[in-house]
Amino acid sequence: MSKDSESNKISRRNFLGKAGTGIVGSTILISSIGAADKTGPDLAEAPPIDPKETDILNLWVNGKKQKLKINPSSTLAEVLRNKLNLTGTKIVCNQGACGGCTVVMDNKAVYACHMLALDAAGKKVVTIEGLLEGEELNHLQEAFIEKDGLQCGFCTPGQIMSAYALLLSKPNPNREDIMEAMSGNICRCGAYPNILDSVLLAVQNKN
Amino acid sequence: MKEKFNIVGKPVIRQDAFNKVTGQAKFADDYNYPNQLYAAMIRIPVSHAKIKSIDYTEAIESGLVAATCDSSDIPGAKKVGPIRKDQPVFCDEKVVTSGDVLAMLIGENEYELKQASKKVKVDFEELPILTDIEKAMDEDAQIIHPEFENNLIVHYPLRKGNIDKGFEESDHILEQTYTTPHIEHAYIEPEAVVAVPLEGNRGIKIIGSIQNPHTARKVVAAVLGLPLTKVRIIQAELGGSFGGKDDTMNILSARAAVAALKTKRPVKIHYSREESILESYKRHPYRLKYKVGFSKAGKLKAMKIDLLADGGGYSCMSPFVTWRSVVQATGPYEVENVWTDVRAVYTNNPYTGAFRGFGSPQPIFAQESLMDEIAEIAGISPIEIRKINGFQKGSVTASRQVLRDHEINLLKVVERAAEESNFLSEWNKNKKDQSNAPSFVDELNPIVKPEHFIHPSNNVKRGIGLATSFRGCSLGAEGVDAAAAYISVQTDGSIYLLSGLAENGQGLKTTFSIIAAEVLGISEDRIHYLEQDTGIIADSGPTVASRSTLMGGGAIKDAATIIKNRLNEVALKHFNITDYDVLVYRNNTISNTENNLKIEFSELCQLAFNSAVSLSAVGWYKGPNVGWDEETGQGDAYFTYVYGCQVADVSVDMSTGEVYINKIVAVHDPGTVINIMGALGQVYGGVTQGAGYGLWEAIESEKGMIKELNYDLYIIPTSKDIDKIEPIFIEGEDDHGAWGAKSLGEPTLELTSAALANAIKNATGKRLFNLPLNLEEVLLSKKLRPKDFVRESSK
Repeated sequence: MSKDSESNKISRRNFLGKAGTGIVGSTILISSIGAADKTGPDLAEAPPIDPKETDILNLWVNGKKQKLKINPSSTLAEVLRNKLNLTGTKIVCNQGACGGCTVVMDNKAVYACHMLALDAAGKKVVTIEGLLEGEELNHLQEAFIEKDGLQCGFCTPGQIMSAYALLLSKPNPNREDIMEAMSGNICRCGAYPNILDSVLLAVQNKN
Repeated sequence: MKEKFNIVGKPVIRQDAFNKVTGQAKFADDYNYPNQLYAAMIRIPVSHAKIKSIDYTEAIESGLVAATCDSSDIPGAKKVGPIRKDQPVFCDEKVVTSGDVLAMLIGENEYELKQASKKVKVDFEELPILTDIEKAMDEDAQIIHPEFENNLIVHYPLRKGNIDKGFEESDHILEQTYTTPHIEHAYIEPEAVVAVPLEGNRGIKIIGSIQNPHTARKVVAAVLGLPLTKVRIIQAELGGSFGGKDDTMNILSARAAVAALKTKRPVKIHYSREESILESYKRHPYRLKYKVGFSKAGKLKAMKIDLLADGGGYSCMSPFVTWRSVVQATGPYEVENVWTDVRAVYTNNPYTGAFRGFGSPQPIFAQESLMDEIAEIAGISPIEIRKINGFQKGSVTASRQVLRDHEINLLKVVERAAEESNFLSEWNKNKKDQSNAPSFVDELNPIVKPEHFIHPSNNVKRGIGLATSFRGCSLGAEGVDAAAAYISVQTDGSIYLLSGLAENGQGLKTTFSIIAAEVLGISEDRIHYLEQDTGIIADSGPTVASRSTLMGGGAIKDAATIIKNRLNEVALKHFNITDYDVLVYRNNTISNTENNLKIEFSELCQLAFNSAVSLSAVGWYKGPNVGWDEETGQGDAYFTYVYGCQVADVSVDMSTGEVYINKIVAVHDPGTVINIMGALGQVYGGVTQGAGYGLWEAIESEKGMIKELNYDLYIIPTSKDIDKIEPIFIEGEDDHGAWGAKSLGEPTLELTSAALANAIKNATGKRLFNLPLNLEEVLLSKKLRPKDFVRESSK
């Protein structure tokens, strides 16, 4: 693509590909940005040039233990969608700018497109599919249906997972808390008033 | 209300809600097929070039590529387009916009394909780049498409009365120029499509994020050289479109289809956000020149309007988009003398096409800003100026259409909006407060004086502004306007339903289900809405022009009524009566009010089946006739219109130029509201997108190259940007479509930017002419980002 060669900023995709194996934890990721083009001494192996599924990832997804062979440069969103067929998680901007891929990891909302799958090693991940217990809808899902907190539905899994994470940390949020927690989830259909009402209703119904 | 409804207008849960909140809804990229291949696009980083050759040798030698695909693989039409066939499926002679695709590499692994695509060598010769619409018609301008004699895509003149005489009779003449930018649809779901070749002589099946499956089918069939029946298009759940997943998706479908037939394997194309913004068409930027003459009292006498739209590299929908502009350019006002010219031209900018609003938001921003200015000169309020000039029953439009046969609600919506927002008293209060606004430092004499400082108590100014419009419903004289619906009632009383107009995520399936349920007196959960498939339902034109509830709803009502009439016959026999006026369809039963007998709907359906009565039907709805004279721009442009008024209440930070939206009151007259939740959603969405258009959004390109390729730079509204949206519906008694349900989707968007501009004026005392009204525009009255086309405010 033309854009890569033109821009002198670091392409996140190239960076993820190169940073590859062995890096765990976002602090290391950030600190190594400056040296993205070098293979530093911290790296146990040279970054893979060929995308082979060379790494083993152990994690919990929706309460189920998973052991997956993955390409170390895969993002969590890619692994969820392509390896586990959990296609409820959507890839929208693929740069952590829209919230469409939001999942909950160890009780916190994370952008699944914006982290390496390897960073989820050993963690407990919940996706939109994990909220459904048998045929039973989560109270948030019920509220989104009742208050029509969606239109096209593409941002909806991310919206609901953001709200889910909020309620885990703050079971009784007010209007402002909800706005703050969910302002990172964009909705082009502009269903915001109904999304807010949905979360408020879920809070009310839970109590 | 004419009728008492069972379900129409009551809150009904959307058909697709369960699947969408559980992650089970299948969007295009969620479909995968065994043996599926992927495609990577080959582009060059320029916006205008002559292609000399494409060399795939190294890419093929890399062993990562299963096949290549370019124009030489196309068996049928190599160029497509809704009106002019000027857009190549694969460019083989020229590149005219930066998103243009020359070829594709097909392979198993997307990552490897990206590597391989860097090995494709394209030999090209750069050509001079044309980005300034003003220069497009110059004699020495570079001709973008040499097969045409110049860069003019279309020109619509409209002539009414005597323009010179009109200006002579005017007490005041005001001339202003406005500009609006490229806008990205920014549907949350990027484009995706899978083409699956069918074994034997059965053609191809395509599943994709396609706005209009029947239009895509026409394009794919033409490109493949196949009869329409051999191309079956199925619409996946659509993750937003707003007019944007039409032409781009048709071409992507064609590319995937060509590759699938070549490789005899399913081929998927799915775009990243960057590719989506790079290649997809945008909303047209306009340069709008208005000259208006009016009396001392504010009565409009003459309007001379010159609109110039940037069509970009391809004509696409430009001829239709700009036609709506010519009809609506004078706004909902009666003007005796009108001289309008609307032109669209080719440039090397991103190409432009359909986007919710469709040629109306641009002139409305200009002409509604202008109306407030005229009011100021005439010394009257924004309400008064609209009352003096606004359409009423019997008014004659610029195209000499006499407004009758529908409710002309203009003054009603204005009055209601003014009342709800306490407009006049707020407007007067804010206006008085304007005098405290600081003046800005003169750049040539940058000595800061006391009056340049803003006292903290004066930092935030409140403003209120309104805008109003009339909007032609459906396609009007643009094209054939009819729609089909299919209904099939089963013996247990459950129902298959499908409209030829495809759901775009706005809730059409629900609206259509409500209409069928209302006619048959059943609960909507008995309706199973079928998959949108061109093999099942007739071509009903596209889901555009806010026509679906009106036209599609009319067809659904027709189909359900055919079934009801047949059931009536069965019921008469069953009840042994002769007058079906006594039959009542309600609560899943049919009762006979004459003798208090009842039968379950399902039982009646079984009876009908047993009596060999067909319970399947195709409904059809055709709009009344419309007409247009291309030479003079005169005619009955649309068969009915809707009216709207929005009031924006803003706070402006005088030290940063930031505008915060406190409230938008949106009053619209969509006829009968069928699906109240869907209707509210349309207002929330339209106003939010309109606010983005007004305050933040712009695609700025340099030499035709787009800068804002993702949401980090292309800023769309978030949940925190608008405090409150208050939708108000004025329902009516019109009789088109289903119980007089008209348009809503686009009217909600087209007004917001103009209302915001007028509100900012009310707050700051400053009139702004160039969208978006972002920080620099509000604070400095200029655009700071470099751009090829110099806007008025940047001069």
